[in-house]
Amino acid sequence: MPPLPDRNRKPSKAMQLVMYPLDWLEERSGLIGGVKYFLFRKVPGDVGWFHTLGSATLTAFIVQAVTGVVLAMYYKPDPATAYQSIQFITNDLTLGWLVRGMHRWGASVFIILLFFHAARVFLFGAYKYPRELNWIIGVILLILGMLEGFTGYLLPWDQTAYWATVVGINLNGTAPFVGEFLSQFLRTGAEINGETLTRFYALHMLLIPGGLIALITLHLYLVVRLGVTSPPWSDHAAGRERPEPEPEPNGRTGLVQPAPRGGYKR
Amino acid sequence: MANGEGGAGPGPTIWPIGFAVGIVCILVGLIVSTAAVAAGVLIAAVFGFLWARESTREYRGTAVPAAPEPEEAPEPSMLPAGPPRPANEGEAALPVMDDAEVERYPRSVFLEVSTLGLGALIGGLVTLPVLGFVVLPSFEDQEYDDVNLGPIDNFPEGKWIITTFFRDPAAGEVSHRVAYIRNNGNLSFTIISNRCAHLGCPVQPNGLVAENQRKSIRVLQDKQRAAVSLTPASPSGFGCPCHGGQYDTEGNRTAGPPVRALDRYEYSIVSRNLVLNKPYSVAHVTGTGADAKIKAYPLTGPGQHVDGVESWLYPIQPPGR
Repeated sequence: MPPLPDRNRKPSKAMQLVMYPLDWLEERSGLIGGVKYFLFRKVPGDVGWFHTLGSATLTAFIVQAVTGVVLAMYYKPDPATAYQSIQFITNDLTLGWLVRGMHRWGASVFIILLFFHAARVFLFGAYKYPRELNWIIGVILLILGMLEGFTGYLLPWDQTAYWATVVGINLNGTAPFVGEFLSQFLRTGAEINGETLTRFYALHMLLIPGGLIALITLHLYLVVRLGVTSPPWSDHAAGRERPEPEPEPNGRTGLVQPAPRGGYKR
Repeated sequence: MANGEGGAGPGPTIWPIGFAVGIVCILVGLIVSTAAVAAGVLIAAVFGFLWARESTREYRGTAVPAAPEPEEAPEPSMLPAGPPRPANEGEAALPVMDDAEVERYPRSVFLEVSTLGLGALIGGLVTLPVLGFVVLPSFEDQEYDDVNLGPIDNFPEGKWIITTFFRDPAAGEVSHRVAYIRNNGNLSFTIISNRCAHLGCPVQPNGLVAENQRKSIRVLQDKQRAAVSLTPASPSGFGCPCHGGQYDTEGNRTAGPPVRALDRYEYSIVSRNLVLNKPYSVAHVTGTGADAKIKAYPLTGPGQHVDGVESWLYPIQPPGR
């Protein structure tokens, strides 16, 4: 047996240098402990790549946020200059083609990953008690993500953008009773005009991202609070032994808790 | 107060509020009018006097109408029995109060309600104008201005002319619109909007378009020069590139997803110029040209039925058109 490290040993000079600011911060805020609590959680032993889809979606969102902030430094949300500013970003600015491409294709990646993540949660039955609220928040996040796509699509202000938005807004307009009010609100008027562009810009970069960030925070809080589910084929329930014996499958085998032939292995 | 310590203070009075109103009146009056200053001085003096009288009553030996005293002695259970305990041992060190006991502190309830109420008031004062600013401009002043399309001599009888114009020249390209216009003779015009009745894409003429005979003219509109282009065409109908809706030359749907006929424009002829007035929606057209019988409705968004059972889904259109 190797000797245990002596806890009372004085740390090296270099270590002290690293730890001093961290200790200073921890003593005054508890932030280091909070970050540790967030990152070093217990998860079931048999989680796999499927469980990384959520953080992949988060990463895609962060890419969108960062590239979007940078694009906003050059984009001009004005009917007379929007198209030209996009052309300027793509063709003239150094690496503009790359950042715009990251934002443009990253948008699709974000939506695709949202769907994959939702499919994983659905097929693993991870939306069940006590995680229903997190599923509901996830659905709202999906809707907000698609709204980001809808509002962002107008911003290049070319023919595709314009007519896609015409069709999209008129689709909303066919909703019974309130549809035309909704579409007139989205257009800022009876027809698409300059304010439609600025309105979509504000929605795209301020209002909807704000909602997304707030709900992602809530989503993560619930993930930390409730823990990660094991896969349906797992034979340990949520990473620990059940206090009571497994319930009889009773002839019904579902997707989430399949009863292997010959009972549960323990 | 509850255990009688320090005697009963005076009950809550309204005099300070009146005094404050007087002060506000003076301050406002300094800007607005001298009469308000006088009124403010009067109010502040009267209420200040009453306030001072009220709060000095105790020292002047008059009976003090106190806040209602507890009628019974505090219940024994409320008082800590035996020697004092450390706060972290046993039951909660604070006395357990039942609901009736809490009732005796109306000031805390007052503070709670007034904090919430004031918060709601301030929140509302901030939110409501902002909300109005977000929503109302979308529903105000949405009237369609008249559009001058130039002399009617540019529209030969029996010929279709693809007419492009600016609904609002000041807004620029975003107000670019297209109408298909046919002179039926005898000052009758068929003017069909190119907005598809499905989801609003631009319908195209099915047939030859004489691009080489395009004529660009300048007209006076809203006190500025606006461009109008006139291109002869001989369509056998109209078709939408987005989802394949098809229409005949009167704008009736012949195939595809549209829910009604193409919209039309009212028009007038002012000093031999063709002028577009408000657009309107059409359920169906029977007959052609000058003899057409048009089932007209107020302008409705694309994809919405204007007649039949389905129109019950769209009972109210937004105001301001």
